[in-house]
Amino acid sequence: MLDPKTLKFMKSHEWLELAGDAGTVGISHHAQKEITDVVFVEPPKVGRKVKQGEACCVVESVKAAFDIYAPVSGEITAANADVVKDPALVNRESYGRGWLFKLKASAPAEAGKLMNHAAYEQFLLSEAAHGSH
Amino acid sequence: MSNSAILRRTPLHESHKALGGKLVDFHGWELPVQYESIIREHEATRHRCGLFDVSHMGQIFVTGPGSLDFLQKINANDISRIGPGQAIYSHVLNDQGGVVDDVIVSCLAKDRYLAVVNAATVESDLAWFQMHARGFNVRLDNRSDHFGMIAVQGPRAGEIVGLISPQAAGLARFGAVELDVYGQSAVITRTGYTGEDGFEFIVPEEILIRVWEDVLAQGRSFGAAPCGLGARDVLRLEAGYLLYGQDVDQDHSTFEANYSWVVKLDKGDFIGKEALQKQKAAGITRRLTGVRLLERGVPRAGAAVFIDGRQAGTLCSATFSPSLQAGIGVGYLDRPALKAGTRCGVRLHGREVPAEIVAIPFYASPHLKKGVRHA
Repeated sequence: MLDPKTLKFMKSHEWLELAGDAGTVGISHHAQKEITDVVFVEPPKVGRKVKQGEACCVVESVKAAFDIYAPVSGEITAANADVVKDPALVNRESYGRGWLFKLKASAPAEAGKLMNHAAYEQFLLSEAAHGSH
Repeated sequence: MSNSAILRRTPLHESHKALGGKLVDFHGWELPVQYESIIREHEATRHRCGLFDVSHMGQIFVTGPGSLDFLQKINANDISRIGPGQAIYSHVLNDQGGVVDDVIVSCLAKDRYLAVVNAATVESDLAWFQMHARGFNVRLDNRSDHFGMIAVQGPRAGEIVGLISPQAAGLARFGAVELDVYGQSAVITRTGYTGEDGFEFIVPEEILIRVWEDVLAQGRSFGAAPCGLGARDVLRLEAGYLLYGQDVDQDHSTFEANYSWVVKLDKGDFIGKEALQKQKAAGITRRLTGVRLLERGVPRAGAAVFIDGRQAGTLCSATFSPSLQAGIGVGYLDRPALKAGTRCGVRLHGREVPAEIVAIPFYASPHLKKGVRHA
C-alpha cells in the first residue's frame, strides 16, 4: 500500500507515483468512494503514447462510466491485469493493488502541475463546500 | 448551479439522509439512488431482505358497481381473474395497442379496486381513466398524495413482515389485504418489482416513517438493508420487468415489449384489442430482446446492438448484473424471432463487444416458485 502523502493528484482524482520517469497511476480513496462499486476496468494498451490530461482508461460502476486521465505524458508500460479480473480491487486498495496502469513519463517535470496530498485534501474540502460532484 | 425545480420529498426524506442515502432527482422526486453500495443492496435483496421507499408510485382507487366492467375495458389483462384479496399485473393500452401504463390492480373487496401506477404517469393515467369511465357507474379517487409506499423484498421478507403483521405475512403471492395500520386504513400486497418474494406496504404518509422504522428494526437481525433506486433498477432488469417510460411507452405495444402473456384477447372487448389483433395477424416487426455480453463490460442504455454486421436496434435498459456477473440489457431489435444463443455485438466505448441473445428473465430467483412471478 502506498502512502498517499508521497503521491501527486489531479483534480479529476487520479494519483501518480513517480520515481524518475517511472509512473504508476490509480484513483484516490475519495474517488473510489464516490464511484462506489467498481465493476469494470478497461486499462490502456501497453505501448500507447498518451499526453498529460488525455483520457486513456475507463472505470465503470453499476451506474456510470468514468474516464481516467493521464497525469503526465508518456508511454504506457503496464496495465494492471488484477483489476481487470477483480475490479472491486480498485475500491478495496485504491492506493495499492488497485492501481490501473504504469507509464514511462516523457516529461516528468509535468508532475509539477499536479497537487501534493495536502493540496488535494484542501481541494476536496473546497469541492465539498461547493456541493458539486 | 442550483436546480430551480422543486423536488418532492417522501416522509422518509430525513431517514434517507441519516442512513447515508445519495439523493437524486427521479421524475421530480428526491429519492436515494443508493445508500452505501448498489452491489451490497442488491445482494441483501437477493439473499435476505431489502427495503425500498417507493412512495413516488401512484394510487388510484376504483370503486362502485361498474368497477370490474370499467377495469376490463381499460386493461389488457383479465381483471375478472382476481377476486377480493388478489392482485394482478396488467397493461393499460391506447387505441393503437401502445402502453399507457403498466399497473398492479388489487381487488380489495367487491366493487373496490386499487390501481398502483407509475409516478410519472399518475396525471395522464387519471385523465385516461376519467375519459373512459364515462358510462360506467364508478368513482375514481387519486390518492397518490395521501399514500406512501414501502417495498419489503427478498427471501426473508415473509419472516420479517410476520413479526409486524401476521395477517400480511399470511398472504399468498399476489395476495392483497386492506387493513388498519396504526389506526389508519392501509393496503398490503404480496408483490414487488425485484424478482423476489416480497410485500408492498401502501400506507398513509403520516405513518409511513413508523412502518419503515418497524421493518428496519425487525429486519436488522435478518440482515435486511435499506436499498435505493440503483439496486431496484438492477433487480428489476435481471428479473425481466419493464421500466415504464424507458422500456415501454405509448409508442410500443405489449406484444412488442415481449409481454404477450399480459394480453387476454379472449376476455371480451378492451381498449387496444383491435390493434393487438391486427399486430398478431400481421406479426410484429420489433421485439424487446435480452442481450448478454460475452466479455466483461457494462452496457448502457443507448448502446447499439449489431447482428451480422448491421445495427438491429439499441438498448433501452442495460447494466452490469451482479447475479450473473455479466453485462445485460434489453432493446427493441428489428428481428423479432431471434433465438437465444444468437451471436450479436454491443457497441461500448467505440468497440463492438461480443454478446448473445438470451431469454428473459435474465435471472430467476431460486426462492420463487416457477409460474408465480406475476400472477
